[in-house]
Amino acid sequence: MNTKEKYDLADLVVGHSLKSGADQVAVTISDNRSTELEIRDQKIDTLKESNRSNLSIDIYTDKKYSSHSTNRMKKEELFRFVEEAIAATKYLASDEFRTLPDQELYYRGGGPELNTMDPKIDTLDARTKIDMANQSLNEAYGKDDRIISVSSHYSDSISNMVKVTSNGFRGDSGSTRISVAVEVSVKSDTGRPSDYWYENSRFLDRLKKTDIGKEALGRALNKMNPGKIASGKYPVVIENRVANNIAGPIYNSLSGANIYQKQSFLIGKEGKPVTSSILTVYDDPFIPSGSGSRLFDSEGLASEKRAVIENGILRNYYIDTYYGKKLGMKPTSGSSSNVVFGKGQRSPQEMISSVSKGVFITGFIGGNCNLSTGDFSYGIEGFYIENGKVVNPVNEMNITGNMNTFWFSLAELGNDPRENDSIMIPSLMFKDVVLSGI
Amino acid sequence: MSGIAAAGSLVIPPLLHSCNMSRLSDNAESYLNHFEVTRELLQKVISAAMEKGADYADLYFEHSLNNTGALEDGRVNSAYTNIAYGVGIRVLKGDQTGYAYSEVVSEEAMLNAARTAANIADESGKYLNARVTELTAPSYYAVRTPWEDYSVREKIPFIQRMNDRIFSADNRVSKVNVYLNDKTSYILFYNSEGLLAWDYRPLVYLAGVCIMEDKGRIENFFSGRSFRKGSEFLTNELVDEMSDEVVKKTSLLFEAIRPEPGEMEVVVGAGESGILLHEAMGHAFEADFNRKDLSIFSDKMGKKIAENFVRIIDDGTIPGNRGSINFDDEGNLSKKTVLVDEGILTSYLHDRISSNHYNVDPTGNGRRESFRHIPIPRMRCTYMDNGPHKKEEIISSVRNGIYVESFSNGQVNIGQGDFTFFVKFGYLIENGKLTKPIKDVNIIGNGPQALADIVMAADDMLINDGVWTCGKNGQGAPVSMGIPTVKIKKLTVG
Repeated sequence: MNTKEKYDLADLVVGHSLKSGADQVAVTISDNRSTELEIRDQKIDTLKESNRSNLSIDIYTDKKYSSHSTNRMKKEELFRFVEEAIAATKYLASDEFRTLPDQELYYRGGGPELNTMDPKIDTLDARTKIDMANQSLNEAYGKDDRIISVSSHYSDSISNMVKVTSNGFRGDSGSTRISVAVEVSVKSDTGRPSDYWYENSRFLDRLKKTDIGKEALGRALNKMNPGKIASGKYPVVIENRVANNIAGPIYNSLSGANIYQKQSFLIGKEGKPVTSSILTVYDDPFIPSGSGSRLFDSEGLASEKRAVIENGILRNYYIDTYYGKKLGMKPTSGSSSNVVFGKGQRSPQEMISSVSKGVFITGFIGGNCNLSTGDFSYGIEGFYIENGKVVNPVNEMNITGNMNTFWFSLAELGNDPRENDSIMIPSLMFKDVVLSGI
Repeated sequence: MSGIAAAGSLVIPPLLHSCNMSRLSDNAESYLNHFEVTRELLQKVISAAMEKGADYADLYFEHSLNNTGALEDGRVNSAYTNIAYGVGIRVLKGDQTGYAYSEVVSEEAMLNAARTAANIADESGKYLNARVTELTAPSYYAVRTPWEDYSVREKIPFIQRMNDRIFSADNRVSKVNVYLNDKTSYILFYNSEGLLAWDYRPLVYLAGVCIMEDKGRIENFFSGRSFRKGSEFLTNELVDEMSDEVVKKTSLLFEAIRPEPGEMEVVVGAGESGILLHEAMGHAFEADFNRKDLSIFSDKMGKKIAENFVRIIDDGTIPGNRGSINFDDEGNLSKKTVLVDEGILTSYLHDRISSNHYNVDPTGNGRRESFRHIPIPRMRCTYMDNGPHKKEEIISSVRNGIYVESFSNGQVNIGQGDFTFFVKFGYLIENGKLTKPIKDVNIIGNGPQALADIVMAADDMLINDGVWTCGKNGQGAPVSMGIPTVKIKKLTVG
């Protein structure tokens, strides 16, 4: 379906829903085409072509709400689907807070060109994709006797969507993405450590295509024969590639749904310090070609750049229409776009050089955070630092704390945010962090 | 929300059928009708998939209807449904896989997808259609009342009951969320060897979240149950049992502490602690990792890896269990597979590619999330059999350690063997006695070491029927787990 066909079908479904008894309705039609290719040890392991579509519909009738989705796009079937959905919605309890967004908050056009779509990706043939994966694979394959396996993953994706609501929103968007990742496993005395590296972009020409396999191999070899160190309090540097794991509970605690459900350690903290004063985080939907860039969110709300945390002070929650009404708060958006952390002066290596005894965390494994209390504990791997130098790999350790106090021990931000990800977070240095090991 | 979802009109009762080689059963015919295909069309699509000289191809048709009813603020006030329909076409050449799927089951669309997937091979092959043979599979999840015949009106009282019972149990309860999700999948499978199979797969879970507030502190806990059952799953007794459990655990959390970090003896309680097996060894036994030599257990087949009393099983045949399947998503019959017997590693978990690689019988572990996914080795219900000890004896043997019984999640690193599981609830053990409740702590260890360090196991094995979804290569699979009370000599508690 092209964009016009999507609008036509969405209009048809909106019209039929209103005719069938819905008071308000929102219809989203999306499709996605993608290739996933894995080459392992110079042989194609899997080649997968996907082509999927979806129609989803939010129904509001007599203050009752339900949401439905299907990949069956035939008109007659959709009509019956909608009629049955409306009939079943009537059995639910009413909820006065369920309505479509206020019209004034919708995106009305005229936004900047975000450049999220690369038409070139649609023209790539299988050979080109295989060559790209092979090029990265060959940077590692056969380069060291200890290698067990090298696999290279190419993927691309082309997405398009149209959204129409019965109270006046009409919008469409499209995006592309391309990525190459390499994973290397090596043999050591104590196991088969592996590591990976990846690059991604919205544009083929901007994708960094070199040093992917080489980086993955170097990282795997560095992890040979790890050990654990004594439990205690240490300064840690968390690498940008994984720093988002430790920041995730903050975004989760900022969501209106979690605040309302008391599954948030940031309830009532607006305008108050929640982290060390060196941290500033923006939600910026307008970054050209950004991974999370958008002119409107999933409800159709017009995008706006907002401070999330400013010099350690909490400025904004992520509030959608429904929980905004329930909490008596103005909707911002229920979801993040590009989350942009401020950056510091030094690279992770420079930060490491100022640590006398500590840990450089390069990976997380399992663990969780209790959002009601902020208590967290995650498995980690990385390197022991002594006198400013990385000495040996560590694993089988946990990082433990409470989010309410942990973020006040943030000592420094790195100069290395990952600019192709939607969470643009740099490496982070914390002091006095509880690690459990021996 | 039953009734909304049926995009096709047919509801097929999961009757046992007898297989007649010369004709298909009525059930098989009705599955062909359901997907609007004929035997001849299946053969034509398979021929297209095989035209570049592949070794094997299969078609996996799926029609899934997914319904959720949700309670918030004391009322069942939102509902969600999803329909997924399509066919996945897989082509194998050696251990190479070509895959494409179509959400439109027309001849043209299927032939296109088949030719795309066929490109994994690059010769000109000659494939002769195989004779169609219908798989006779046992039924491990016969359904009394299909979810399609059960209206949202009938579901609401059970959801409401959980809310009301939790609120009335303790005046510190401030929020309750309850979710009831049912999924019904119609599966039709056909491969280049002529095997035709069909399945009707129900899956349901009920889950409740309880939030309590006490003197400015907030605690939350979760209770869930899941089965492959029809609406007979919903009973007042089940709802009451879950409600009482979640209230009790939430209230105990106000007294719970977090243990001092470090290495210690860990006793895992019967049932839910099966997550230890799932993470510490289950994944590393999956044969895709082993055939690629990536698993820390890759060179351990036939070797002693645990004490004599350790027997670990992956079972896809437990009636009504969340992890059960009549046949896997490659047409192989489900099995009860012994992985560790008398402490010796006896089998991996195989898909078609790995069982060919190792030249062993399939174990029925080739599963996929949906028609959009490639089948890979997955666990079903992974558990450890009873051991020779008593629970009291195990706990009294620990001077300084912890006893853990409720979990939220876990993870494993296949090659190095590091695994974790996150404890939501347990107790300190001090001088052989359970003392203070503990909460929110991660446990990390090394898989082979932890398996070797299982020094005691009790006789109280329990299968846990929680809502466990295992993630691997971006695919979710419903699983379950079980274990008796077990003592591990040493793990790092965070």
